Amino acid sequence: MKKIFLSISSLFLLSVLAVAQETIYPAKEYNGLLFITNGTVHVGNGEVIEGATIQISKGKIVKVGKDIAIPADDVKVIDAKGKQVYPGLILSSSDLGLKEIANGVRGSNDYQEIGDLNPSVRSIVAYNTDSKVIGTLRANGILFAGITPEGGEISGTSSVVQLDAWNWEDAAYKYDNGIHLNMPSFIQRFGRRGGGIPAGIPPALLARFGGGGAEGSDPTKQALEKVEELKTFFREAKAYLQETSHKETNLKFEAVKGLFDKKQKLFVHADQVKQMLSAIDFSKEFGFDVVIVGASESFQIADLLKANNIAVILNQEHSLPATEDDDVDQPYKTPAALQKAGVLFALNDTHDESRYRNLSFNAGTAATYGLTKEQALQAITLNAAKILGIDDKTGSLEVGKDGNVVIADGDILDMKSSNVVYAFIQGRQVSLDNKQKQLYERYKYKYSIK
Amino acid sequence: MRKFKLLLSGLLFVSLIQAQETFPVNGIADKRSGTFAFTNATIVKDVQTTLQNATLIISDGKIIAVGNNITIPKEAVVVDCKEKYIYPSFIDIYSDYGITTPQRAPGGFNFSAPAQITSNTKGAYNWNQAIKPETDASKLFAADESKAKPYREIGFGTVLTHVKDGIARGTGAVVTLANAKDGFKENLILLKEKASAHYSFNRGTSSQSYPSSVMGSIALLRQTYLDAQWYKSKPSKEGINLSLQAFNDNQSLPQIFEGDDKWTDLRADRVGDEFGVQYIIKAGGNEYQRIADIAATKATYILSLNYPQAMDVEDPNDARLVSLADMKHWELAPTNPAAFEKANIPFALTTADLRDPKQFLTNLRKAIDLGLSENKALEALTKTPASLLNIYDKVGSLDVGKIANFIITSGPVFNEKTVLLNNWIQGEKYAVKEDGWNDVKGNYTLVINAPSGTINYTLDVKSASAANVIGKDTLTGKFSFDGKIVKLSFSTTPARRSQFGGGAAGSFSGQGGGGFGGGRGGNPSQFRLSGFANGGRWNGNGEDTAGNKVTWTAKFDSAYTAIDSTKKRPSFPQRLGKVVYPFDGYGWEEMPKQENILIKNATVWTNEKDGVLENTDVLVKNGKIAKVGKNLSDESAKIIDGTGKHLTAGIIDEHSHIAAASINEGGQSVTSEVRIGDNLNPEDINIYRQLSGGVTSSHILHGSANTIGGQTQLIKLRWGANDDDLKFKGADPFIKFALGENVKRTTSQNNNRFPDTRMGVDQVLDDAFARAKDYEAAMKADPKGTRRDLELDALVEILNKKRFITCHSYVQSEITSAMRIGDKYGFKFNTFTHILEGYKVADKMKVHGSNASTFSDWWYYKQEVIDANAYNAAIMQKVGLNVCINSDDAEQARRLNQEAAKTVKYGGVGEEDALKMVTLNPAKALHVADKVGSIKIGKDADLVLWSNHPLSIYAVAEKTMVDGIVFFDRTRDLELRKKISSERNRLVQKMLGEKRSGAPTRPAEPSWQVILSCGDHDHHDGLITVDLSTDDTINN
Repeated sequence: MKKIFLSISSLFLLSVLAVAQETIYPAKEYNGLLFITNGTVHVGNGEVIEGATIQISKGKIVKVGKDIAIPADDVKVIDAKGKQVYPGLILSSSDLGLKEIANGVRGSNDYQEIGDLNPSVRSIVAYNTDSKVIGTLRANGILFAGITPEGGEISGTSSVVQLDAWNWEDAAYKYDNGIHLNMPSFIQRFGRRGGGIPAGIPPALLARFGGGGAEGSDPTKQALEKVEELKTFFREAKAYLQETSHKETNLKFEAVKGLFDKKQKLFVHADQVKQMLSAIDFSKEFGFDVVIVGASESFQIADLLKANNIAVILNQEHSLPATEDDDVDQPYKTPAALQKAGVLFALNDTHDESRYRNLSFNAGTAATYGLTKEQALQAITLNAAKILGIDDKTGSLEVGKDGNVVIADGDILDMKSSNVVYAFIQGRQVSLDNKQKQLYERYKYKYSIK
Repeated sequence: MRKFKLLLSGLLFVSLIQAQETFPVNGIADKRSGTFAFTNATIVKDVQTTLQNATLIISDGKIIAVGNNITIPKEAVVVDCKEKYIYPSFIDIYSDYGITTPQRAPGGFNFSAPAQITSNTKGAYNWNQAIKPETDASKLFAADESKAKPYREIGFGTVLTHVKDGIARGTGAVVTLANAKDGFKENLILLKEKASAHYSFNRGTSSQSYPSSVMGSIALLRQTYLDAQWYKSKPSKEGINLSLQAFNDNQSLPQIFEGDDKWTDLRADRVGDEFGVQYIIKAGGNEYQRIADIAATKATYILSLNYPQAMDVEDPNDARLVSLADMKHWELAPTNPAAFEKANIPFALTTADLRDPKQFLTNLRKAIDLGLSENKALEALTKTPASLLNIYDKVGSLDVGKIANFIITSGPVFNEKTVLLNNWIQGEKYAVKEDGWNDVKGNYTLVINAPSGTINYTLDVKSASAANVIGKDTLTGKFSFDGKIVKLSFSTTPARRSQFGGGAAGSFSGQGGGGFGGGRGGNPSQFRLSGFANGGRWNGNGEDTAGNKVTWTAKFDSAYTAIDSTKKRPSFPQRLGKVVYPFDGYGWEEMPKQENILIKNATVWTNEKDGVLENTDVLVKNGKIAKVGKNLSDESAKIIDGTGKHLTAGIIDEHSHIAAASINEGGQSVTSEVRIGDNLNPEDINIYRQLSGGVTSSHILHGSANTIGGQTQLIKLRWGANDDDLKFKGADPFIKFALGENVKRTTSQNNNRFPDTRMGVDQVLDDAFARAKDYEAAMKADPKGTRRDLELDALVEILNKKRFITCHSYVQSEITSAMRIGDKYGFKFNTFTHILEGYKVADKMKVHGSNASTFSDWWYYKQEVIDANAYNAAIMQKVGLNVCINSDDAEQARRLNQEAAKTVKYGGVGEEDALKMVTLNPAKALHVADKVGSIKIGKDADLVLWSNHPLSIYAVAEKTMVDGIVFFDRTRDLELRKKISSERNRLVQKMLGEKRSGAPTRPAEPSWQVILSCGDHDHHDGLITVDLSTDDTINN
């Protein structure tokens, strides 16, 4: 830390601080033995082991438990006494590395392509490992992210990355794990039919929300027509894929092959009940593995989701209730409703202003409103891994998985005690430094703050 | 008599009762006196006076006599009005009849279009396009028969018409609904050229950027009053301003203001009060929700009967998005007129806003069913509007000398079965439903002269469309009567009716034998008859089945004796929801009262020298903190057990945008004249939601659309109070400034509004304060000759340390340059808000004496926040600044304690200091630390009882009190949830009932919640929220 600090303060020529992070290095491969000892180990599957040791060898967890002997050779030992040990946290669906500065700096954005049907568009190729946001996530224990394209009806293909890499090929943890579909809205848009509009809005302003669709048209009918178009796409894709040779290649059809092979999941972005019912219908017709992303209204049909084996990524728990009559804490307790119904769900953080760093606090809120702390943790670790299709490699501190570990001073779900002190990806100790910490050091120096 | 009736029914508009002297006649002069006598009528002269068996005489378009036993002039055409009622025709005081409604330019708004800084109106008019008091409805009026007819058909004779466009809308004209034609042009239809002056807060078709908000409209109107006053001195610098001239000229007229909602009504009334004007207010329809506040305006209101239609809530997913408040309003909107009557608020009724004028009487009857008295309704349609417009000498009652505007009805005017027969306007008859004139019901002797001989029947007429023919058998005929022409067809033998016992007198004919032969098999003869009715004697011709020609007569014999089965209106009380405050599921049926409360044995975070006190009691008395200590007792106090819980001062959000109707007035770079306090919305559900997160005070800031934004308003979250009672009384006034990207409109492709750079922002500030200084000096030197400028008044207050700045700011360059402007003019930037690069210039801010109010961990959502830093608060605090953590976000405000806790995580701020960042520190920054912000004897009892350590994510506010009143209580909240659910269900069922009864419904409309914001960043709102921010309104 001191070294970094010195190098920063000596770089007085750097008037543009945007480059400050260039002193933060991705960690090199570590093939030796690593022991994390005496910590309170939160396995990620609900289990907690007090005073346990985790043994990592060649990047993999080989032992977890008590009474694990530590050889006297050249091994790395991290004493986690009094600390909390967690699996690396997973940000399930994000524009991280695609959207750098959302507003006003168009050149920094690569998250949304032109066109309605873009299954062949792959997020991974634009993923920027040098995004300044990444360091702030690592510092809060987030070590993996599902990088997700946005926009259109089928936005494209996501991949999962680990957050300590030189370039996207380095970062890729699972290529092309899912196709992302935006379910058409079944809610009539604001101001379309007049009436119901709160007082005090300049009438002209309504024009902005009135676009698209004919006056008085039935939103459900319109949505179903769009859904039918999407289904037609998949039906034709299925037919195309049954034939191996084609005179004319269709990249869009080829891009969804994994869905039919069950090598990919269909991530349906949907919040409204009817959108989600439509997603269930997709899973039935095509036999896809369907994950619903967003899912703010999922508490209403949690049992149906369970019955149909639909997993959920709950996007932004720190939201206002959907309607003014809703329980004031409805979004906070939605995870508990899903848990109770037995739905496989992950919690996410899509907050554009704090830039996804509060993932664990979303889980903390869920724990305040009905989940146990371990269930809440599982929603940002093992459940997320299962949903993204990486649970064979990570998501819990279990033997055979990668050594992806986060060590915090206290409860990682609670902001007042959640300082992360160590993080490991595949056994590599990754830097917890970031631009903000460097600026902190820089100005501590300016003001002579201890 | 007979002749006259023929004439009338044949020709609708025939007589030229008046003629215009200056107009040449093309043809033979046809001057008529137009003298009519309406005899034997029940004449309702006015609400107080009803004459039975009376006569009304009109001549030359005027009433010349009315009463009993009056002599009928020989030249009068006599109209027998036996069993008829005559009323003065109705007056609509809020119409745009005969005036083309101004439309926005085609294409509507283009949000990326450049701002329009100046007015597009050509000529010597006002600087702002929405101020057009020179508009004169009488000059624009042209009679429009297509619009007049539906009006007349529901009983109206006179309207006040005006141009419904703009903030100052000009004058209205009184016109009748007569048809314009040769000899009777608008010259005669127009009764009063300038009868009223009209206003609103809606800028209408004005394409000018300013004002773009409710509060901007209010400020503009306020300034216009001042400008008009000043203009009276004929200031040479202003030259001739026809708008201000007209504005002044119009002041002597009745002043009518269009409110669109209960809060708008109150806002309008307050502006009126400032300038000694009592507006007549066109109500929005939801005033019953705050009737006491409405009564307090002492205004007369104009009520529309435009009730929301029931929604189709068959689909529960659609129903879910319709709020309880909207459903309740659907149920209760028809109680609005009754609520006014009960509260003794004078009002007139209007047809304005109705989708179809035909709904008017139906909707009025609904209002009467729900408690409006018929007399009041009649008064509201006649005397009240006439008196308001000072035309009661002309219309509004049936008195001698008034214009002959009246209606003739078949019964009491508001009865459901009553038919409006004629509407007479200016002495001319307009038939409405002539067929209803004669009661056709009764027994007639029908004689058919067939070639085979004469056949006699009794014709039993049940209504204008149903009759039986009784001969040997009772024969059901097809019958119709349109007031003149009678049509009748029937079979001479009964159809198979054996299954019906009732009414089928007479024997069965032979054709019943087979039973399956059908009606026609038995070769019955059928007559098809047509003829004219002349009172009780009808005659005509027809044919039988064989084609034989017949003639027929019918003579009235005896009256119809069947008992009128018309049900009286339901007298049983309908089950209606209660009005709650706010009008929302979480509202109060009765406002909570201040209590003495003793919180026992809690962990008390005092924010004072005492620090955190374990096992401590706090006594609240009369809304203040009375005692803090161990083992307190007070007999008057309600005990709350605080064991295991934490008590803190209420959270104060230094930067919030809830509870207002508009937030951004982006029309100009300097808008210090606008005031958030002018447009508070105390019914914002986010008030309640934030109480549930422990917030007790919020500083409602203007947005960041411009460099010098509007005046802010500190409020206390007194859920249920009205807009004025929401205000934090006695607090220093503040104003919002903004720097950087938003004010230079970075995201707009076509910015043409100065400034476009931070260099320009600096100059906007410099220029504004230079002008303010000069203005202050000019005011001192020549207070009468200097134009009062509300924009500069606010800046002068800043110069004199009577108003304080909270300044949206991000990067160090702009922060420093702002402070230098302050130094130059001798004032402080009291608070820098956002201040995400505050850590870079914290030392300079300390010297300047600024407070800092920031986000805990926001960054990287736009260029100017790329150096934002979660350690910002900690650094600034360590440098010695008073640091606050704010929300600027309706969702995050519910978790401000957690945001404060992040300063412990990022930079190691102590826990007590962290909590102060959302309690005591904002109180200091807002100059209210003597009242709130800590648990100290004598301070306001704004307290939160937490379930856990208040900085922990696991802490939940169990009780939140403001001024010692518990406004949020988790136990009550759970009860409310159940109540909301059952009340929703009741209303859904009721709407479904409405749909199943065949009443028209509209598709379920989601109850959109508008979230107003700074315009700075995205928000995380619910499914049906609409996020309105800077750039939406900036061009608006």
